[in-house]
Amino acid sequence: MEGLKLELKEKIIEQLNLEDVSIEEIGDDDPLFGDGLGLDSIDALELIVMLDKDYGIKLTDPKEGKKIFESVAIMATYITANRTK
Amino acid sequence: MSKRVAITGMGIVSSIGNSVEENLNALLQSKHGISKISSIKTRHIDEIMVGEIDLSNEELIKQLRLPESQNYSRTALLGVVAAKQAVENAGISDINDCRTGLISATSVGGMDMTEKYYYQYLEDETNHKYIGGHHAGDSTHKIAEQLGITDFVTTISTACSSSANAIMLGARMIKAGKLDRVVVGGADCLSKFTINGFKTLMILSDTYCKPFDNDRTGLNLGEAAAFLVLESDEIVAKENKKVLAYVSGYGNANDAFHQTASSDNGEGATLAMQKAFKVSGILPEQIDYINAHGTATPNNDLSESIAIQRVFGSKIPDLSSTKGFTGHTLAAAAAIEAVYSILAIQHNLIFPNLNFNTAIAETGIVPVTEVKEKPINYVLSNSFGFGGNCSTLIFSKN
Amino acid sequence: MKNCYINGLGCVSAQKTTESGFLDDIVFYDTNILPVINPNYKEYIPPAAARRMAKGVKMGVVASSLALKDAHVEVPDAIITGTGMGCLQDSEKFVSAIIDNDEEFLTPTSFIQSTHNTVGAQIALGLQCKAYNFTYVHSAISFESCLIDAQMKFNEDEASTILVGGVDEHGKHTNDLHRLIGHIKKEEVGSADLIHSNTDGSIFGEGAIFCTLSDEKTEHSYAKLVDVEIYSQLSEENLESRIKTFLEANKLSIDDIDLVVLGNNGDVTFDSYYKTIEEGLFKKTQQVYYKHLSGEFNTASAFGFWLASKIIKEQEIPTLVKINDQPKKTYKNVLLYNQYRGENHSLVVLQSC
Repeated sequence: MEGLKLELKEKIIEQLNLEDVSIEEIGDDDPLFGDGLGLDSIDALELIVMLDKDYGIKLTDPKEGKKIFESVAIMATYITANRTK
Repeated sequence: MSKRVAITGMGIVSSIGNSVEENLNALLQSKHGISKISSIKTRHIDEIMVGEIDLSNEELIKQLRLPESQNYSRTALLGVVAAKQAVENAGISDINDCRTGLISATSVGGMDMTEKYYYQYLEDETNHKYIGGHHAGDSTHKIAEQLGITDFVTTISTACSSSANAIMLGARMIKAGKLDRVVVGGADCLSKFTINGFKTLMILSDTYCKPFDNDRTGLNLGEAAAFLVLESDEIVAKENKKVLAYVSGYGNANDAFHQTASSDNGEGATLAMQKAFKVSGILPEQIDYINAHGTATPNNDLSESIAIQRVFGSKIPDLSSTKGFTGHTLAAAAAIEAVYSILAIQHNLIFPNLNFNTAIAETGIVPVTEVKEKPINYVLSNSFGFGGNCSTLIFSKN
Repeated sequence: MKNCYINGLGCVSAQKTTESGFLDDIVFYDTNILPVINPNYKEYIPPAAARRMAKGVKMGVVASSLALKDAHVEVPDAIITGTGMGCLQDSEKFVSAIIDNDEEFLTPTSFIQSTHNTVGAQIALGLQCKAYNFTYVHSAISFESCLIDAQMKFNEDEASTILVGGVDEHGKHTNDLHRLIGHIKKEEVGSADLIHSNTDGSIFGEGAIFCTLSDEKTEHSYAKLVDVEIYSQLSEENLESRIKTFLEANKLSIDDIDLVVLGNNGDVTFDSYYKTIEEGLFKKTQQVYYKHLSGEFNTASAFGFWLASKIIKEQEIPTLVKINDQPKKTYKNVLLYNQYRGENHSLVVLQSC
């Protein structure tokens, strides 16, 4: 699980072009959207593609993403439970 | 009294018909043009529904009698068909008997050919003729050539509100006395580019779109082209022209909220409608029908409903979105909806909002769901695009 | 008829135009693709906003903020943008991703950026400017369409300051294709030799040039925009009569013109239009060109507009833009003429104020 969290942080930084953010700055339970990392709805769509491409999880409703992408910890738990690759 | 802008001709090709008459008949019979996609090979065939025009490129090329060497994108082909209809409808025999311009709108331009030959261009020369046709001005240039318009020719691209802005600019140029006559409208064909683009935004419906419904799940894309001929009072008087309707008001504002989404309070849309009323000099209660943008995405329809409530208060006029018929035809949408607005005025009819069941919980707005007859003097038509671009047009009988 | 003044300029180009000075340290290129000299984007755009921005957007944000600052305007009453190709790199990225991945695993960012009105929209978003916002996308007259629109806006009493600009960026694939069809010269031509190259095609550039227009003159004003006209088709034979008619409509004669700014791009087939007036109507007038400095792109004429405005204000012509050498005089009335591949012609008159 720790490895997956680290992997997710790396991917979030790379995929979303967060050049000035380092892995250390993203806490496992920090909110990713709104006041936390400041991600928005377009980032959520980018992360939905990442779930599909890297973990074989297909979301059809962008609203589902809201809960899953609350924090890195929640993402990791969800991916572990649902991944197909 | 400020100068009026008369509409003396119109032409249209859409998934519900290849002429004004065919479109009107389909609207009256509530016959939509949405189906599974057939002209483009895409892996999303079972996940999307679109409004396709049932004429192939080959058929269009034949109809237009284009030479073998032609390099028309589908956008240009559709645009020429609709623009020629409009000019014919306006009874123009010599397009250059007064200062005539062309303002067209497109979002995809020649992307259909670019995506087809993207890598092949590097391999061999077979289709090199299409390379120069990629840019957005190309379809406009070809329409101008076909109509014989040589001077003022330009193109606007503000995503899904593009052709509203083309109509607006045309009206302003007539009022400013810079042109006597101007052909205005827009064209967009379907492409893998737009289908996949909207898919990444997760706003495509896998079934018939349901504008203003509480359970709407997204839009259907469509392809279309429509053009209007606008003429000055002087030309109308001189040639004793039949006037179909007038462009009475227009407004453009930016939501400045988000790159793609509309604001929760519909600020940009509200401003656009308010500006249109200011130009028109009429009051909201004079509007007999609103042809809404109503794309059927969760975001647009709520934001637009809130904006309409802000502008009209509790007295919201009869309203419908005709996108259930045609799909969302992007840069052409405002022009085809202008044609429907003019038809509404000419025939004193409101066209239905298809596939509606339940009002949006937050606003309770119920659109017109069956063809309705009543005197129509003023129609307000909204068009909103990515980048916060909000435009409103008001058409009038007199 | 209201007056229209150029009160602020911002220019991101292949020259050092974001720094002080006026083309006094020309950068020469010996390739056919001229890149812009990137300003330090971070000084202008917060990282959170910049992370998804296409290059065209970044260039546009910098040029527009320079133009506004130059005119001491915070938020304009309208934003009007011209771009021939929009954010081309993102368009290419999205098309190739569709093909390469067979329509799978596509992400929205490049699609959103590829929309032509992205630059104007993101400038509005950054400024929180809810005003009128248009984008013109008609090849070589995209920028001039903006000028025409702005002039009308002033006359409609709808605005007193308007941000107008032209933006285009390089796209590698598109450039490769334009080389294949000869729109970019097949052989590498240095910028210094461009107009004497005697071959087909041009050298391509990119850039973002914005100006703040106002209906009121200030002590900072560069020039007055007198009139603009565009022509989709114009033959070489009719060019001179068109110019005369255009000038007459503005109560100007050929002799009133002190300087002509021409869009020569080194394409032997189409530079003949410029040749016609260089050797005809304006034989005795000072002539300048600029595409050897900026490269050719759909909104390159905005660079010519920037150059003309600067010359009028400074009353100085950088030596390297001169086509001919006429005795120095007061540059009061300036005519700009541009076309691309024999189509989409534009005439603009600027006047000192």
